Amino acid sequence: MKVLLSARGITKRFGGLAAVSGLNLDVREGELLGLIGPNGAGKTTVFNLLTGVYPPTEGHVEFDGRRLRRMRPYQAAHLGIARTFQNIRLFRRLSALDNVRVAAHVRTTAGFWSCLLRTAHAMRNDAVLTEKARALLGALDLTSVAAAPAGDLPYGVQRRLEIARALATDAKLLLLDEPAAGMNPAEKQELMELIHAIRRDFSVTVLLIEHDMRVVMGICERIYVLDYGQVIAEGRPERIRSDPRVIAAYLGEESEPC
Amino acid sequence: MPWFAVRVASIAGAVAALYLLSGLLTATIEAYVLQVLVQCGIYAILAVSLNLINGITGQFSIGHAGFFAVGAYVGAAWTMLWQPHAVRVTSALAMGTPAGDALNLLIACALGMAAASLAGAAVGLPSLRLRGDHLAIVTLGFGEVIRVLLLNIDAVGGARGLSGIPTLASTGDLAVFWVFLFLVLVIAVSRNLMNTTRGLTWLAVREDEVAADAMGVNTTRVKVTAFVLGSAFAGAAGVLYAHIMTGISPDVFGIDTSIIITTMVVLGGTGSVTGATLAAFLLVALPEMLRFMKDYRLVIFSTLLVLLMLTRPHGILGTRELGYATLFRRRQTGSPGTR
Repeated sequence: MKVLLSARGITKRFGGLAAVSGLNLDVREGELLGLIGPNGAGKTTVFNLLTGVYPPTEGHVEFDGRRLRRMRPYQAAHLGIARTFQNIRLFRRLSALDNVRVAAHVRTTAGFWSCLLRTAHAMRNDAVLTEKARALLGALDLTSVAAAPAGDLPYGVQRRLEIARALATDAKLLLLDEPAAGMNPAEKQELMELIHAIRRDFSVTVLLIEHDMRVVMGICERIYVLDYGQVIAEGRPERIRSDPRVIAAYLGEESEPC
Repeated sequence: MPWFAVRVASIAGAVAALYLLSGLLTATIEAYVLQVLVQCGIYAILAVSLNLINGITGQFSIGHAGFFAVGAYVGAAWTMLWQPHAVRVTSALAMGTPAGDALNLLIACALGMAAASLAGAAVGLPSLRLRGDHLAIVTLGFGEVIRVLLLNIDAVGGARGLSGIPTLASTGDLAVFWVFLFLVLVIAVSRNLMNTTRGLTWLAVREDEVAADAMGVNTTRVKVTAFVLGSAFAGAAGVLYAHIMTGISPDVFGIDTSIIITTMVVLGGTGSVTGATLAAFLLVALPEMLRFMKDYRLVIFSTLLVLLMLTRPHGILGTRELGYATLFRRRQTGSPGTR
């Protein structure tokens, strides 16, 4: 399978603290990959490095055959990397539809001046983007809340809207940061089905961070385990489950009584 | 291109209608009321242009009088200092005829807008690193720097300012026309922007910069564009002010002017174009209407402001817009603040 994204020897230091050190990571096209690890293992930092929020201190990332350097987050979105946030970051006062339209605008073909002059091209382009946003809301069962301000929506719906928004950028790689956080078991089940459906219908590669082991083990085909900024294990869910290093990282190692 | 022909025809029609209407108003309304109306229009241009920066893009700027001043002084510099040299080169620039006056006013506006937008870019750059109250302090400082600079440049009169600025085509019955032409222009620009997804990306920067960036919005470009566009129109307001009042001095463009413009944006409802316009008319006309109160005028004015903010904490219109859509249609899809 083709490798969509590969990170080689990525290190990120904040002062003396190495949040991520010497990380190697491969994301194959079309797979559903999990990134797990105890609190503070550096999972979100990895997301921030992949989307250009921070530049890596060392190492480099290759995406879709291109080497990324000094990339800003909006450029990552243009390349086809989209993300959701651990603590939902919707445009709260904009409607659900407009949240998605903002993201769809990445693929606009109308310039600034043609928007000010309302040229025929700009208006047509806009209609296309709006239609695309509506279709996405429909696909994620959000049509009924299209006009509601995003900040007023229930929590689970907000999570789904964030995924719809990320998909609107025509992402090749979707990074989901703890999509199941704060959900009840029924909602988690729905979410797992949703992620499967998205991957099938939008032919998108998914990398997700998740704490809920049932979710991760249930949907991920391959898992990376991160601890203290380093990959300590990689492989299929059943292998990860029984890996002694993973168990040690989560439960702590036995040590001599003091 | 049919849309192009339709667009040009409708714009020409609107300009002609505005011209006739302003002529009619000037002929029927008494001079004092007309003067107030012109002031209302100038402040509405300022409020709507600040709304682009402050309300729509969410970059809290309280130095708008600085851009107003740059426009006024550069525009006045053209008609008083540079035009006499330029007219020797080509007589097409001569003043005195309606066409010559209009041409000179348009040149002054172009120069004033260009200078103000350069200043806007210069102030927009710190906005890339600063947010909220920190940015507010920088813009406040900018406004003061401009005022103090003008105080110390003798070529533009220092503390006395410039007086005897030619009134050009903006004199008498044309003042209303020019002011409202630019007001309509800035409102049209704001609304055209807000009716496209591009305008939504500006609102997205206001709502959550990090998320906007992650969704492919070049936040740097949006913020600088907002500052450039907003200050250009403040510059145009300055040029018109200079050529209608025929006299300007640095103290006209002080902090209190900046504060009143910011108040208009907040009072109108952050992000609402029509709200900013309404608030500008209200804040300019209200003190005039309260003149019969004599010494208590400003006390009453301030009290009314406080009461208004208490009863409508999100501004007169909130984030909504007033227009045929909200007036005649009961429901609409889309976000508040985008239609």
